[in-house]
Amino acid sequence: MTIASSTQLICFVALSAAVAIGALGVVLLPNIVYSAFLLGGVFLSVAGLYLLLNASFVAAAQILVYVGAVNVLILFAIMLVNKQENLAAIPGLGLRRVLSGAVCAGLFTLLLRVAFTTPWATPGPTPVGEEATLRIGEHLFSDYLLPFELASVLLLMAMIGAIVLARRDVFSADVATGEPVDQGLIEKSRTPLLLEKTNP
Amino acid sequence: MVSATPAVVSPGLSSGLDLEASFTTVLEGLGMSPGAAHLLWLPLPMLLVLVAAVVGVLVNVWLERKISAAVQQRIGPEYAGALGILQPMADGLKLLFKEDIIPARADGLLFTLGPVLVLVPVILSWLVVPFGQNLLISNVGVGIFLWISLSSIQPIGLLMAGYASNNKYSLLGGLRAAAQSISYEIPLALAVLAVVMMSNSLSTVDIVDQQTGAGILSWNIWRQPVGFVIFWICALAECERLPFDLPEAEEELVAGYQTEYAGMKFALFYLGSYINLVLSALLVSVLYLGGWGFPLPVEWIVGLTGQPIDAPLVQVITATTGIVMTVLKAYLLVFFAILLRWTVPRVRIDQLLDLGWKFLLPVALVNLLVTAGLKLAFPAIFGG
Repeated sequence: MTIASSTQLICFVALSAAVAIGALGVVLLPNIVYSAFLLGGVFLSVAGLYLLLNASFVAAAQILVYVGAVNVLILFAIMLVNKQENLAAIPGLGLRRVLSGAVCAGLFTLLLRVAFTTPWATPGPTPVGEEATLRIGEHLFSDYLLPFELASVLLLMAMIGAIVLARRDVFSADVATGEPVDQGLIEKSRTPLLLEKTNP
Repeated sequence: MVSATPAVVSPGLSSGLDLEASFTTVLEGLGMSPGAAHLLWLPLPMLLVLVAAVVGVLVNVWLERKISAAVQQRIGPEYAGALGILQPMADGLKLLFKEDIIPARADGLLFTLGPVLVLVPVILSWLVVPFGQNLLISNVGVGIFLWISLSSIQPIGLLMAGYASNNKYSLLGGLRAAAQSISYEIPLALAVLAVVMMSNSLSTVDIVDQQTGAGILSWNIWRQPVGFVIFWICALAECERLPFDLPEAEEELVAGYQTEYAGMKFALFYLGSYINLVLSALLVSVLYLGGWGFPLPVEWIVGLTGQPIDAPLVQVITATTGIVMTVLKAYLLVFFAILLRWTVPRVRIDQLLDLGWKFLLPVALVNLLVTAGLKLAFPAIFGG
């Protein structure tokens, strides 16, 4: 075994372990902030696996999109609503955990079976390496044009939705309840930071 | 990278100095296998770049102190070494010997991991900074895109530090840092995209190669003046330099996400921000100021002396000139950044976000569109 291949093997084992353990941590840890940070770690490890497959453009895109945008957004959301409160106990929590564990185990065995029964072409196609950027661009503008454009429409819809939700002051009535909306909705639901103004 | 002595430079390399090839040839001549020689070579450029980055920070700190003193009509450090040149060393040593404090109710693990996550991507980005045709750690095909994606990891470290400190100033600073770096990433990437479109490649070496030929006249700054300004503003915002140092605005947030940090962990933030500044300046010089290119075409000067371009001595001289030019351009930009820091006031958070989203983003989009149009209209000038 040459130095290069053994390095690759070590990297592969380490990254796979990081992905598996990190993903388990995301699901099982009680602290949601740790889960979010671990999710970032999982995304980074997946990017490392892409690098091992000689797909450097996909790896960089993975980091930019998933770590730099998605994960930061999740962290933002968690930190902006970082309430320290104990949630009410859910009835039948033990049973729920057993059920969801059973579903996950079933899914896992199914995937394992698929992985072992499928006749994989073991050497696989040769990686295109640095050409990948060009090839991805060609595909995006030819046979994958429609999905690409649809995804952009979806993103636009999400963005407009977010703006509508965030800027309730442009509506006189709440979208959901139909009640008249006061601009200070968000501030009033909490204790005011400043003393309220007394009318003279 | 340059690390071996010029004596091992082998002649006959048409594409400039290639020290790796020379190094492995010498070792193989001593009876070593090619794999082992490559393995021995690998850590050298990495170590060298690490040392270069840290020395760059020391120079930067000294410049910051001296230039700020000059701006404020003081003398600045003068007792530690000639002209206070050892002052950054003293600063670093002081930070090294300080007590490492983790606040009692802070989250110890995340508190330690935060500064590391801020520093590592910045140092990793030096992978793609070229000092010459073969004088870089790795000419990866995704080059400049790698830097953009790596710099998007940094906000996570900042958020982590801000959250783990268990301090409202820290959390606010961390959130501000992340918001700022996300908002300015987009115009930055669009400005880079315009340059990439002209050079038909993401690789930093190809981007510089596309700017050689006519010396100073072929630099991208003449073809991308708007992009240059956008990139420089966004780079300053990404480095959290004044006028964009809101995440650590002293008057409002004590020191932002750095408030609870002391000793070496604080030093990691400090190091990270200065390495990032040098890196941004280097990338501006790569993207817009011709990288290692001399203001006059080197081939033309060499032609005047009557030497062949691939003579060993000429190669060593051109490589040295390249490194000197890259560093010179970068430090000229660092000088402007420092001068800006001590001249202009800080913007407010709403002004910052307005500038990013309502001004830089549309201008960057228009710049991209105009570049695309010009590329179609004048393929000879704008890289067909």
